[in-house]
Amino acid sequence: MTAPTTMIMRAMAAVRHGLRRENLIAAGLLVLALSAISGLALIAAFIFKEGVPIILKIGVGRFIFSSDWHPLEGEFGIFPMIVGSLWVTVGAMVIAVVFGLGCAVLLTQFCPKQLVSIIKPSIELLAGIPSVVYGFIGVVILVPFIRDWLGGPGLSVLASSIVLGVMTLPTVTSISVDALQAVPLPYREGSIALGATQWQTTHMVVLKAARSGIVAAVILGMGRAIGETMAVIMVAGNTLDLPHSILDPVRTLTSNIALEMGYAAGDHQKALFATGVTLFVIIMILNTIALLVSRRRGARARNR
Amino acid sequence: MKSFWAAAVLIIGLIVLSVALGRGSASAVNLVGSTSIQPFAEMLAQEFNREHPDCLVEVQGGGSTQGLRAVDNSMTDIGTCSRALKKEEEEDAAKNYRTVIIARDGLAIVTHPGNPVTNLTIDQIRQMFEGRGITNWRQVGGKDAPVRLITREEGSGTREAFMQKVMDKSRISGKALTQGSNGAVKELVKHDPCAIGYMSLGLVHGELNMVHVDGVAPTVAEVTAGRYPLVRPFLFVTKGPPGEKAQRFIDFILSPRGQAMLEREGLVTAR
Repeated sequence: MTAPTTMIMRAMAAVRHGLRRENLIAAGLLVLALSAISGLALIAAFIFKEGVPIILKIGVGRFIFSSDWHPLEGEFGIFPMIVGSLWVTVGAMVIAVVFGLGCAVLLTQFCPKQLVSIIKPSIELLAGIPSVVYGFIGVVILVPFIRDWLGGPGLSVLASSIVLGVMTLPTVTSISVDALQAVPLPYREGSIALGATQWQTTHMVVLKAARSGIVAAVILGMGRAIGETMAVIMVAGNTLDLPHSILDPVRTLTSNIALEMGYAAGDHQKALFATGVTLFVIIMILNTIALLVSRRRGARARNR
Repeated sequence: MKSFWAAAVLIIGLIVLSVALGRGSASAVNLVGSTSIQPFAEMLAQEFNREHPDCLVEVQGGGSTQGLRAVDNSMTDIGTCSRALKKEEEEDAAKNYRTVIIARDGLAIVTHPGNPVTNLTIDQIRQMFEGRGITNWRQVGGKDAPVRLITREEGSGTREAFMQKVMDKSRISGKALTQGSNGAVKELVKHDPCAIGYMSLGLVHGELNMVHVDGVAPTVAEVTAGRYPLVRPFLFVTKGPPGEKAQRFIDFILSPRGQAMLEREGLVTAR
């Protein structure tokens, strides 16, 4: 029997018998769990109720593929923002994967225990820094650096990618570490017994075996990066044009909502909800992929 | 188990307490709206609260349009608006807006302190912000460098005042960098030698270069004399006549003392 059915059975038993304390507690926990889920359902229903009619009114194709965003004149096209979100997210992932995965490999394969106990918590500490602080550091240090040394306005895809990359580093690192640690020890012992060096063992055996876990780490990191708002508003420049290079400024879906939410009314406000719907769909797709990948990994582990 | 109940009682107690305290401050006068007016309103509110501790004034931002909407919904006593009301807003009887001009503000066209360009015509500014015509500072007598536009987000009172006064019917280029507040515009222009932006004259505080517009310097004196072309009103908007406490605050602002304070901060008096 699956866990949710057990829960519901217990809750029903509590209703029938009404006396046993254990059942009462189970019923109480069920109510709490359901209210958390209904919160999600309500948010989703509300965003869709507000956003979908305007998408249909404008036309799905025109809303998604038009580049004209002039909300006060009734033109709503979010193509540059979708592209902007994707550019920034991909850039962030390149940085987070290079550094995060490298770090995870070091921590699990090559690092003495004492050093692990210093490095791992410090990376996880990065997750505790508020995003506005990242944004501020980006504006004060990163943006002028890019403007002076690489050209362009400084506020750019590159700046946002770096900031977001650092922000997603803890997610990518810690989930990759878990995935690498989950690789059974006999795999490594077998490989080393066959005469492979430690590096050969790492990249030919351990990384391959942990691949699906690493993919899940990357996708969860992407979810975090694409949804981040505050830091991105501060360093992305928020222009309405399509970016042509990584030094061009961009506007992401999230910053479009946050920038204009305070002012928007009528169709403009609905269009911002529609932007939210688009973001919601993109994140749902990413999460579903992550779930499928990690479930496949779980299934494979059980079959062994 | 005992500590669990103790914690539960404590939490419920805190909730009850915060609700009770929240009700206590219900007699405050609320201001919601323009981020350009906010710093001035906060300063005035502080001074006003010192003299009238019984009548608290609370100031929030959100933007001019947000302020008007809050007035519509009776969510605030006074909405602040940093642009002239649009015709349809003014004539809508259902909204029943009453407006008071508390001050006037110049719209400064700002550039980096090292930028040698000192004068631009409104026509040149428009051509720059259209992103066509003038795209290099050399074309207006400056250095050979691209013009980097900095604008405010759609719906901002400062942006709409700029649109009304400068852009006429044209659009601001999609290449313009969009920032969410006067402060963010200022920060960007201060560090970017190629930048041009627009912001509230009273908030520049001499940290940026302000270009003369059509040959007129952006100073309080020129705004008062009616020569500087980019001027907008700072409005307090209420639904119907203001309440007794709101009226007291408005009277304070319009009094010679309140007006003198605004003038010291770089604004131009209402009359």
